[in-house]
Amino acid sequence: MSPRKAISLVSAALALAFAAPSAIAADTPNPMADAKAFQKFFTTKFPKLKLEDFVNGPYSMNEDLYKQWQEKEQFPPYEFALEAGKEMFATPFKNGKTYGDCFPNQGIGIRQNYPYFDDKEGKVITLELALNRCREANGEPPFSYVKDEMASLTAYMAFTSRGKPFDIKIPDDPRALQAYQKGKEYFYTRRGQLNFSCATCHVQEPGERIRAEVLAPALGIMNALPIYRSEWSGMGTTSRRLVTCNSQTRAVPINPQDEEYRDLEYYLSYMSNGLPISGPGARP
Amino acid sequence: MKTITRNLLSTAVLLLAGSTSALAASEADFKAAYAAAEAANKEAAGLRNQWTTTAATLAAAKKSADSGDFDQAVAQSREAEALAKASVFQATSEKERWKDLEIR
Repeated sequence: MSPRKAISLVSAALALAFAAPSAIAADTPNPMADAKAFQKFFTTKFPKLKLEDFVNGPYSMNEDLYKQWQEKEQFPPYEFALEAGKEMFATPFKNGKTYGDCFPNQGIGIRQNYPYFDDKEGKVITLELALNRCREANGEPPFSYVKDEMASLTAYMAFTSRGKPFDIKIPDDPRALQAYQKGKEYFYTRRGQLNFSCATCHVQEPGERIRAEVLAPALGIMNALPIYRSEWSGMGTTSRRLVTCNSQTRAVPINPQDEEYRDLEYYLSYMSNGLPISGPGARP
Repeated sequence: MKTITRNLLSTAVLLLAGSTSALAASEADFKAAYAAAEAANKEAAGLRNQWTTTAATLAAAKKSADSGDFDQAVAQSREAEALAKASVFQATSEKERWKDLEIR
């Protein structure tokens, strides 16, 4: 073999050796790196905000709105739902058991751990899904995912976790990574006749107005749910929020708690790991 | 002159025939146009990416057909088909394009 040919072969082998890992790395989900980049994007875009302020959504975006939020918190509009949720949570089912019996720590102070990946079922379990499963396991009919009862229950559970940082885990399981990746894809995928993705509003334009509303940043957006929205004149669950987002872009929403929505919630909640639960929240 | 007259007559006949078909769509025309729109919308459903405007336009087309206005019904069906095809294109192209928006 001539020296020139040998050098060419070695060079080609080296080039392949370096190229291959980077090609694999680009396609392999890396949730930790994603979350770091995600949080850095928002803290760079809004350098005056502290990380924990992002959980206040549009109210963290300017001073006037922040004052409005402080005043609202004096007599929060979600208070009725919170009281109702507390009562529902403590009321036994017909079989004598309660919601607390379905959850770790009797359901108190655990909201920051939802959604989680269930390795037995191989899928993402959200708090709303877990609550309805609890009802069904105890012989009760499931609640609508978009109506007041579910909002009240999750409001109470969120309240018992207030201040606790989101602690979403992605286990070392290819199915969990796939669910995470699918959630990420959903978040960035444009849909509907308006050709909007979730990111169009909540990454590209937070703090800007869309008609009369100030758009919330995607960072911390899950921490405040469920929310009382003045626009709705009532409470809304995470499911309601996602369904509404879809229809606002003129996309036909999928069913609440379908796999895509659960994966999206998993991804977005993971992005906000470390930020405190602030739910239930109030929004314009 | 004879040739010119013949040509003029032929053109007039063709124009009349054309305008008649453009003016009066039949129920069969509507059914064909509606089926094409529905097929495209079904493809969008398979991709989990239907648009609310497609459903609304399909409903409007049906309403027009029910009231006997097949011209309008055909036009609306064709619009619904175009919307459905656009939603299919969106879903297909976004399989890769979503990465352009990703925070890295």
